[in-house]
Amino acid sequence: MISREQVAHVANLAKLEFDDSELENFTSQLDKIVDFVDQLSEVDTKDVAPTTHITSAVNVFREDVPVKSQTRAELLKNVPETTEGLIRVPAIIEKEEDE
Amino acid sequence: MNYFNEDITSLHDKLVNKEITVRQLVEATFDYIEQTDEKINAFITLNKTDALEKADALDAAGIDPDELLAGIPLGIKDNIVTKGLKTTAASHILDNFEPVYNATVMDKLDGQKTITVGKTNLDEFAMGSSTETSYFGETHNPWNLTKVPGGSSGGSAAAVAAGEVIAALGTDTGGSIRQPAAFNGIFGIKPTYGRVSRWGLMAFGSSLDQIGVLSRSIKDSAIILNAISGHDDHDGTSATEAVPDFTKALGQDIKGLKIAVPKEYMDKGIDADVVKAIQAAIKTFESLGATVEEVSLPYTKYAVPAYYIIASSEASSNLQRYDGIRYGFRAKDVKTLEDVYVRSRSEGFGDEVKRRIMLGSFSLSAGYYDAYFKKAAQVRTLIKNDFDQLFEKYDLILGPTTPTPAFGLGEKVTDPVTMYLNDILTIPANLAGIPAASIPAGFSETGLPIGVQLMAKKMDEMTIFKAADAFEQATEFHQAIPEFKGGQN
Amino acid sequence: MNFETTIGLEVHVELKTKTKMFSPSPVEFGDEPNTNTNVIDFGFPGVLPKVNKQAYRYGIMVALALNADITRDTHFDRKNYFYPDNPKAYQITQFEKPLGTNGWVEIEVDGKKKKIGIAELHVEEDAGKNTHSEDGYSYVDLNRQGTPLIEIVSKPDIASPDEAYAYLEKLRQIVQFTGASDVKMEEGSMRVDTNISIRPIGQEKYGTKTELKNLNSFNFVRLGLAYEEKRQSRVLMSGGTIRQETRRYDDATGQTYLMRVKEGSDDYRYFPEPDIPPFHISDDWIKEIQASIPEMPDKRRQRYVQTYGLPEYDANVLTTTKEMSDFFDAAVAQGADPKQVSNWLMGEVNAYLNENKLDLQETKLTPEHLATMINLIKDGTISSKIAKKVFQEIITNGTEPKQWVEEKGMVQLSDPAKLTPIIDEVLDNNQQSIDDFKNGKDRAVGFLVGQIMKQTRGKANPKVVNQILMAELKKR
Ligand SMILES: [Mg+2]
Ligand SMILES: [Zn+2]
Repeated sequence: MISREQVAHVANLAKLEFDDSELENFTSQLDKIVDFVDQLSEVDTKDVAPTTHITSAVNVFREDVPVKSQTRAELLKNVPETTEGLIRVPAIIEKEEDE
Repeated sequence: MNYFNEDITSLHDKLVNKEITVRQLVEATFDYIEQTDEKINAFITLNKTDALEKADALDAAGIDPDELLAGIPLGIKDNIVTKGLKTTAASHILDNFEPVYNATVMDKLDGQKTITVGKTNLDEFAMGSSTETSYFGETHNPWNLTKVPGGSSGGSAAAVAAGEVIAALGTDTGGSIRQPAAFNGIFGIKPTYGRVSRWGLMAFGSSLDQIGVLSRSIKDSAIILNAISGHDDHDGTSATEAVPDFTKALGQDIKGLKIAVPKEYMDKGIDADVVKAIQAAIKTFESLGATVEEVSLPYTKYAVPAYYIIASSEASSNLQRYDGIRYGFRAKDVKTLEDVYVRSRSEGFGDEVKRRIMLGSFSLSAGYYDAYFKKAAQVRTLIKNDFDQLFEKYDLILGPTTPTPAFGLGEKVTDPVTMYLNDILTIPANLAGIPAASIPAGFSETGLPIGVQLMAKKMDEMTIFKAADAFEQATEFHQAIPEFKGGQN
Repeated sequence: MNFETTIGLEVHVELKTKTKMFSPSPVEFGDEPNTNTNVIDFGFPGVLPKVNKQAYRYGIMVALALNADITRDTHFDRKNYFYPDNPKAYQITQFEKPLGTNGWVEIEVDGKKKKIGIAELHVEEDAGKNTHSEDGYSYVDLNRQGTPLIEIVSKPDIASPDEAYAYLEKLRQIVQFTGASDVKMEEGSMRVDTNISIRPIGQEKYGTKTELKNLNSFNFVRLGLAYEEKRQSRVLMSGGTIRQETRRYDDATGQTYLMRVKEGSDDYRYFPEPDIPPFHISDDWIKEIQASIPEMPDKRRQRYVQTYGLPEYDANVLTTTKEMSDFFDAAVAQGADPKQVSNWLMGEVNAYLNENKLDLQETKLTPEHLATMINLIKDGTISSKIAKKVFQEIITNGTEPKQWVEEKGMVQLSDPAKLTPIIDEVLDNNQQSIDDFKNGKDRAVGFLVGQIMKQTRGKANPKVVNQILMAELKKR
C-alpha cells in the first residue's frame, strides 16, 4: 500500500506538485499500478543478472577530437531568458545559517 | 489525391516519366490532408511551405531513376527532431520547441530527397496506446472515427491508413508502431534495437526505444528501412552489423520456415475475432509451406509489469531535462528557481506522463530500487532468455499484435492498468530487443482491422519481410480501404 | 577524554583532454560563455552521450598509478538531481562499478611512513557554472559542462590534518606525473571535499562526521580540518553532540561556519546509463596503459639520490612537477653535471619562474641549452658572471648559448700565451704594487687582477690569471 506521504516524497524528487485532490487521485492510481507491478515478486530471480542494456555493442568510445556543431545563437534560441550569452534563472539561493 | 492505390515504386515511375511533377504530388497531398485531417487529426504540424520549396527544387533538377525515394512525401512522428521544424512530442512543455539539429533518420531521408509533409500526432512523449494523451487532441481511427488509432504512433498509422501519406516514421518502445499498425490495418515494423539510430529521437525508454516504419505496402517499408538503417557514430548503442537490402527478402518462397506460436499469446484474454483471424493466418502460412508449432513463453505475463517499471524509470530520468530553463515551456510569474522547476513541469506535462515519471522515480528511489528497478531488469533477462531458446529452433514467432481490435475513444484512458495490459503482446519484443512487425490479418465482425505479429531473432528483419511479403501476396486484407465510419465523438 | 580523528577526502581532478567526457565540444577555459557547447552539453531532446576514450584511458592510468584494481566489467550510471548547471538533470558518473577500487598511496609525516587507502576512483562529467548575482538572478554558463573528471575517494585511514595534507600532496604529484591533469587547486583543476569525525580512543564506531567545503588550497584543508578537529572535541568535551552538517572554512578568520544541516541522505535515484553500452576492459589495454605510465616521483627521487648523489632536498624539489623532473633528466642526459643542473633549476630557473609567474614549459629554456651552458662554465669558456647573462638570454629568447657567447665576444680569455703579455704589461706599469706584494700586502694582488680584468674588458679567466700572475710576481 503506497501512502500519500510516499507519493508526495516522490513528487518532490521529480519536481512535480499536486494539489490535494490530484494527490488523492495519483495516490490511488499509483497504488493500483504498484499493486500490479508487485506481481514480479512471485518470480524467482536469485542469481539472475539484470539486463539494463539490450544492445550487443560493448566498449564504445569516441576519439578525443574536438568538433564544433552549433553556434551559441542557435543553442540559446529556445532559452526563455538570456543575458549576454548566459542563461538566466531566478536566483539560486544557497542557504547559509549561523550557529 | 490519396495514396490508396499507389506505392513508392508506382509513384516513382510517374515522377520519372513526368506524368506528375513533385509539386503536383505535394500539392495534391496537402489538398487531401486538408480535407481528411479534420476528421482524423493525424498531424500536429504541416510543413507545406518547406515541402513545396523542396518539390520545386526537385522538379528543377529532375528525378533520377535510381533515386527511388526522391520526391516521395512522408509523415514523421513528432518525437523525432527536425531542424527548423517544430517538434513537440505532443506535449505542452515543448509546444513551441524548434530543434536546432536533425535526427540521424532525418539526415538520411534528406539524403534520399524525401519530402517531409508534416509531424504526426502521438501520445504525449510516446507514453500511451491510444494517442489520446496528446496535448494537441486525440487522433481518430479512419476505420471508425469513434475508435482510437492506437498509440503511441497513432498519428503516423492513421495518416497512412487514411491515405494521407504513403508511409510514415513511427517509434516503438512497447508496441507503439505495431499496435497502431494493427488497429489501422496497415504494416508496421519495429526493427532490432540498434538497427536505426536513436540520435534525435526524444528519449522515452532508452533501452527500449526504436524508430521504425508504417506503410500500406510491405515493400514500401522495406525501401524506407533500407534508407534509415545503419550504424551511427552519434549513437553508441546503434548496431555495427551490415544492413542487408530488405527488398531482397520479397517474393521469396517460405517453404520450410519454422514458426512458433506461444500458447500464452492465444490465451483466454484474447478477443474471439482476433483468435479467429490469427488461426486463419496460421493456416495461410501452413499452406505456403511453413511449419507452425505451439510453444510456451512462460514469463509472458511478467513482461508488462517489468516493462512499465523499466520504461518509466528510464523515462523519469530522460524527462528531467524538461525543466523550463534551456528550452520549452516555462511557467509564468515564477519567482524562485524551485517554481521554475515545479510549476513548469507540473503545468507542462500531462497526467499520463506524470504517472510514469512518478512510477519511475518511485522504482529508482532509495529503498525501492532492488525490489522494483533491479527486479524488473532481472525478469527482463529471463524473458530475453526465453526468446533466445525459442530462436534456436524456430525462425519466427507468430501471434496476434493486440488482444483486441481498436477500442473506443475514452474507454480506457482513465484506467491505466487496463490500458497497460493492452500492450502485453508487443512489449516482449522491446524487452528482448528483437525485430517485430504487424501485418494486416483480417477484420473483426464490426469491421475493425486485426494484425498478426511476427518476431524474429536480433538482426533478422529479412525473415520477417520474407514471411510478411508471402502472407501479403496470399491475402487481400491490405487492399481494404477505410470508410471513415462514425461521427466525431 | 582522548579522541582519535578520522578524515575522508573526496578529490575531483579535471582531465587534460581536448574534448568533453561525453561530447566532442572543445575543453577550453576562459572563452566567451556558452561558446564551447553543443546540443549534448545543453541536454537537448534526442541527444546521446559518447565516451571520450582518452578520458577513460586517463582514468585507468591514474587508477594504476594509485595501485588500484581495474574493474573489468563496468558501466556508467546516472545520478539524478535538478540544478541549473546540470542540464540533463542527471550527471553521468560511475556509481555501482567504479573503474578502479582498492588503491593506496604512501605518505610520510614526521619521518613516519604510512599507507593511505583509496576506496574507489571513477570518471564522470563536470557541471557547468552558475554565477549568483545581486539582481535576483543567477546566470548559467555551460562551457565547463561535461569536462572530464576523475573522482578519488579515500578510505578512512587519514588520522590527522597533517596526514590529509601529505595525502593530497602525494595525490597531486602522482596524478601530475601521469599527465592526466594539471591538478592545480587555484585554477580549479583539483577540488577537495573533506569530512572529519572524532571518537574516543578505543571506540569502534566512528563519530558523526561533518563535511568541509570551499577549501581552495592544501593549506586551507589542513587549517580547516585542524579547526574542525578542535571544535568537535570542544563540543564533545562540554557534553554536546556533533550534528551531520556541511561547514565552510573562512580563511580570514581561520574558523569553520555552518552551511547546512543534512537531513537524511540524498536520493539520487542512481541507475545504469542505458545510452552507453557496458565495458569489458581487456588485459591488453591495461598492459598497454601500464607500460605508458611515466616513471613515478618516488622512483625518480630514489634514482636522483642513489645514482646522482643528490641531497634528498634536491630530489624532492626536482620532483615537484613532472616537467621539472623530465627537464632535469634531459639536461643530465646531455652530459651536464647533475648537481649543477639541480642548482640551476632550484636557483635561477625557479626564481625566473616565480618572478614571471610562468611554468617551466612556458619558457624558451631547453635542457640542451642549459646543459651546454653548464658545460661552458665547466670548461672555462664562460665565467659564472657571464653565465647569468647567458641564462637570461637562453630562457627568454631560446638562443643557442655556445654560438651566442662567441658572437657576443663573451668567451673567457684562458690562453696563457695571450694572457702572459697582458699581465707582464700591467706589472711593468705598477711597480708600486709589486713592492707592496713583496712586503706582504695581499691587497695588492686584488688591485693587479682588477687592472688585468680592465685590460681584457672582464673576459680574462680569473683562475688562469691568478696562476700566471703569481708565477710572474715570483719571477720579479
Ligand atoms: Mg560522483
Ligand atoms: Zn564527483
